[in-house]
Amino acid sequence: MKKLLNDKTFKNNMITYGSIIIAYAVIQLLMALGLVSSLFQGLLVPLCVYAILAVSLNLVVGILGELSLGHAGFMCVGAFSGAFFSKCLAATSMPTALRFTIAILIGAAVAGLFGFLIGIPVLRLKGDYLAIVTLAFGEIIKNIINCLYIGFDESGFHFSMENTLALNLSDTGTVVIKGAQGITGTPTDSNFTVGVILLMLTLFIVLNLINSRDGRAIMAIRDNTIAAESIGINITKYKLMAFTISAALAGVAGVLYGHNLSSLTATPKNFGYNMSIMILVFVVLGGIGHIRGSIIAAIILTLLPEMLRGLQDYRMLIYAVVLIVMMLFNWAPACIAWREKLAAKYKLKFPTKKSAVKEAE
Amino acid sequence: MALLEVNNLGISFGGLRAVDDFKLTIEKGCLYGLIGPNGAGKTTVFNLLTGVYKPDLGIITLDGQNITAKKTTDINQAGIARTFQNIRLFKKLTVIDNVKTALHNQLTYSTIEGIFRLPKYRQVEKQMTEEAMALLKVFDLDGEADTLAANLPYGKQRKLEIARALATRPKLLLLDEPAAGMNPNETQELMDTIRFVRDEFDMTILLIEHDMKLVSGICEELTVLNFGRILCQGKTNDVLNNPEVIKAYLGE
Repeated sequence: MKKLLNDKTFKNNMITYGSIIIAYAVIQLLMALGLVSSLFQGLLVPLCVYAILAVSLNLVVGILGELSLGHAGFMCVGAFSGAFFSKCLAATSMPTALRFTIAILIGAAVAGLFGFLIGIPVLRLKGDYLAIVTLAFGEIIKNIINCLYIGFDESGFHFSMENTLALNLSDTGTVVIKGAQGITGTPTDSNFTVGVILLMLTLFIVLNLINSRDGRAIMAIRDNTIAAESIGINITKYKLMAFTISAALAGVAGVLYGHNLSSLTATPKNFGYNMSIMILVFVVLGGIGHIRGSIIAAIILTLLPEMLRGLQDYRMLIYAVVLIVMMLFNWAPACIAWREKLAAKYKLKFPTKKSAVKEAE
Repeated sequence: MALLEVNNLGISFGGLRAVDDFKLTIEKGCLYGLIGPNGAGKTTVFNLLTGVYKPDLGIITLDGQNITAKKTTDINQAGIARTFQNIRLFKKLTVIDNVKTALHNQLTYSTIEGIFRLPKYRQVEKQMTEEAMALLKVFDLDGEADTLAANLPYGKQRKLEIARALATRPKLLLLDEPAAGMNPNETQELMDTIRFVRDEFDMTILLIEHDMKLVSGICEELTVLNFGRILCQGKTNDVLNNPEVIKAYLGE
């Protein structure tokens, strides 16, 4: 155990898990005391959704080192496949917990499958080209879902790309996905607790993956593809693995998102490229490759616009300024030097055991 | 039978015949040198041997196994590891992780075992760490195991690259200008290291080098390339005294 505590990555991971649990406990306590506004309560599930998305995209952008702009597309696939399942079984007597668990698994599996299939051609590209093609795939997914009609009756599922009539449903049939109107009447199974559990699960998968044989292979590809190949690492396999896992986790976030509202539509606002870019902003601001950072960035940048609501039109202006300040604070060389100086000062005041030993030497 | 046999190897880039009618036989345990003027095609030969380029012509046999035009990954698993002329480390990984990454195909566990931290994960990771540390010790890098590879001084980066290549447990080690950018002291140290690696790991080594002191000091046999063709091949002393080699490369 002592050895584990000395391990830097282990310590880091525990800080990440711990701070989420503490944050969760504090918010639950505040809610019990009735100190949380309903506006903020409504933001709790989206916060988890965005945090999961940021962590999963960081796996592709930070760990694999490839720029993907189609993340909202995978989220969309997950949201719709999960909501589709829940809607179909909403009338049955299946327990909510079981139904939601299966919906999450289905969302993850379908999004992962899409990630895998799209990854095969797309991951042959690099850099800007990859970004553009993933962006296009994300939009394609959203637009296809926008004109998708699926319903069911006694004779089974019916499928159309035209309109509800073309489904040829019998009188007792129900339309599940109604084109641009999406899915209405999804059971709202999502809540803050489920969101936090899923976020912890995502972190568990991503952090453990990074600190394993596969994670090292993925990071080796990022750092130097040619060298990675020369030591016998299967480039295609590990690129696809990172991309698929990332897509599956985005699918989980999608299911959470889809079950938070009773109606689910694929609008440019929630699944368009704006969303993909927003997730990328979380990742970049939080620090590419820093898992905890992307969660913090997701939380700050989701809460900020809501907290600034009182300022009306100036809201987005301030949002932009905060974005720039955060960016500078994280990445500008002068700021990094200043932060290091501050950290050194702090260490001098409170010398840790390790640094004290070093000085003694 | 020789460890590496290359026959009639050739490749063209556009109209340029970069390597033509190249042949090479390396016995097990030999320290073999590949020299020649800049642009003679030495690194191209390395890239052909490791599958980075696919040859137009010719056969490469490693330990009786035909590895011609196979993928780089497969060739590494068949037993060829290399270093690069311009160092290619995994810069954002620590020194020990660089070596552990190279143990990828030697010590394995599944993705599931890795994510859920099953007993096999702990057992194999422990074994990986031990093996990597042992290798780092050989190259006197064990003190810097937790440093980022990018922060190592140049000479140590070169050593780490050799350690990483050895971690894949190759039969044949290719070194592309290992002494490039080193001062005479470092070169001397490198010569000792290369000899040590050969004896300690029972390794066969093929190296490209311009430093004639190193070449004449440690190589037992040489091949001289010029304009993509073999100029001379044989025992080091014979080759270095060959008038054609002196004229084309060494200078009169």
